[in-house]
Amino acid sequence: MTAPLMIGSGAGFSGDRTDAALPVVRSLIAAGGPAVLMFETLAERTLALAQLARRGNPAHGYEPLLDALLAPVLGLCLANGIPIVGNFGAANPHAAAQRVRALAAELGLAPPRVAVVEGDDLSHEAGRAVLRQIVGPDFPEARFVCANAYIGAQGIADALAAGAQVVVCGRVADPALAVGPAMAHFGWSWQDWDRLARATMAGHLLECGAQVTGGYFADPGMKDVPDVHAVGYPIVRLDEDGNIEVGKAADTGGCVDLRTVKEQLLYEVHDPAAYLTPDVIADISAATVEQVGPDRVAVRNVRGRERPGQLKANLFYEGGWIAEGEISYAGPNAAARARLAAEIVRKRMDLLGHAAPIRFDVIGVLSVFADDGGRLLQQPQAGEAQARDVRLRAALAHEDKSVAETLLREVNALYTCGPAGGGGVRTALRARLNAMSCLVPRSAVTASHTLLP
Amino acid sequence: MNPTTSNTATPAAGAATAATIALYQLAHGRTGDKGDRSNISVIAYDPRDFDHLAAHVTEDAVAALFSYRRPSAVRRYLVPSLQAMNFVIDGVLDGGVNDALNLDTHGKALSFLLLQLEIPLPPRLAGAG
Repeated sequence: MTAPLMIGSGAGFSGDRTDAALPVVRSLIAAGGPAVLMFETLAERTLALAQLARRGNPAHGYEPLLDALLAPVLGLCLANGIPIVGNFGAANPHAAAQRVRALAAELGLAPPRVAVVEGDDLSHEAGRAVLRQIVGPDFPEARFVCANAYIGAQGIADALAAGAQVVVCGRVADPALAVGPAMAHFGWSWQDWDRLARATMAGHLLECGAQVTGGYFADPGMKDVPDVHAVGYPIVRLDEDGNIEVGKAADTGGCVDLRTVKEQLLYEVHDPAAYLTPDVIADISAATVEQVGPDRVAVRNVRGRERPGQLKANLFYEGGWIAEGEISYAGPNAAARARLAAEIVRKRMDLLGHAAPIRFDVIGVLSVFADDGGRLLQQPQAGEAQARDVRLRAALAHEDKSVAETLLREVNALYTCGPAGGGGVRTALRARLNAMSCLVPRSAVTASHTLLP
Repeated sequence: MNPTTSNTATPAAGAATAATIALYQLAHGRTGDKGDRSNISVIAYDPRDFDHLAAHVTEDAVAALFSYRRPSAVRRYLVPSLQAMNFVIDGVLDGGVNDALNLDTHGKALSFLLLQLEIPLPPRLAGAG
């Protein structure tokens, strides 16, 4: 019988808290058995930004917080036989791996065995050729920035089996960060679909960090979370049959209950009977949850079936410019003054010959629920006449940077030419990246791992 | 635009009557996104309410609630073992996280739009057994 594997989460997105992993590692050490620590730091958009960073400097393009995330736990993990697996390699896993080695040296640690998993990047000419054929005439030739396929857990499992202490990945599927260690630990068959699906859902529950332990959950009076400011990050106990128990780091805030686990189980899942990953199609349509202890929830009845024939790839291309400008109005008739300001900006842009669609929001009356087309904002909103503190926001996307800049100047001009009492103008201009996704044949992607010499 | 008439309801503020209740009182949920597709879970606080929610929180009801965002498709998946349903709503994110002009490009807040749906009181609260 193989001992259960404890899988801890040290981060759930790029920019996550850098002091979250230490309590997790302490709990893994206290548990005493086989354990692994995973860092998930790569959203769809994060990777494209990393690709741009690498373009600017070939030594960049990995998780900017890599040092801050690893420094507090690297020594403890190495000393206690806890491998670290992360997609913090982003667009440049080799550079990240070198940085891990350098960090270990700076911390006075013996050189760790660091592995790089790669093959996800399809930005090279051969990759582009494949994508060009799949996407057809819509392929954004001139504006192409990068493309990455979501690869599975094999490279991670192989790297760990080869003795890696730190595994640096780029665009692996998020749950693969748990599936790889599970495969290395239990030695399951890559056709054991049920167990693969259970490890996948373990990874799914862990991949967003605190989102399963009371983060992104609290709603005062409805869903209260104890000490949410100190929310502990999750730890899954996975046994050799793939049974999942979700818990969290000791001596932390937050909670693990049926509600937090259900919300995260369904998070970004479309058909619950067919959660597609590179390694397996997981089925949670009959999954059950049970509170088996304080802050401990068992997840059962996860099934799996044969992995999809193709891999998902995301493709990014330059999408012009986004301009955003804001100004506040307060006191009597505030919303009416904000609406007049919107009208002024719109007419000015028309007058200047820029008939591009502008999105307006009246923050405090209606903003995030509204649509880019402005259909909802056209209707008077409940309570609008009583609004006393609102902020007009104007946003525009355009190919031409000068048009985007013109919008910002017009928002700024509301200071002296707009309605009474406007204040607090802030403007921002940034380059936009557009995205499309497609399916690529597995034959187009050669995933592999390399152990640094 | 004259903002003095406040009786034009946003989709968020359905016409509540004594016989209805906001879904928010009976269920919780979370929104996720992939591209221009939003998925929103709706999970019954009380397992006894699940069948009632399944009867009233339908694809049509959700499509109507989101109609101003012009969804191209609304699909509902039931997961009775979790007392949950999962809505997959296509084309409501104005292109998605990289394209939309919304402050909330992910549509993270949309679970709370869905939870404002007004539905009939469940039997256990309506006193009808």
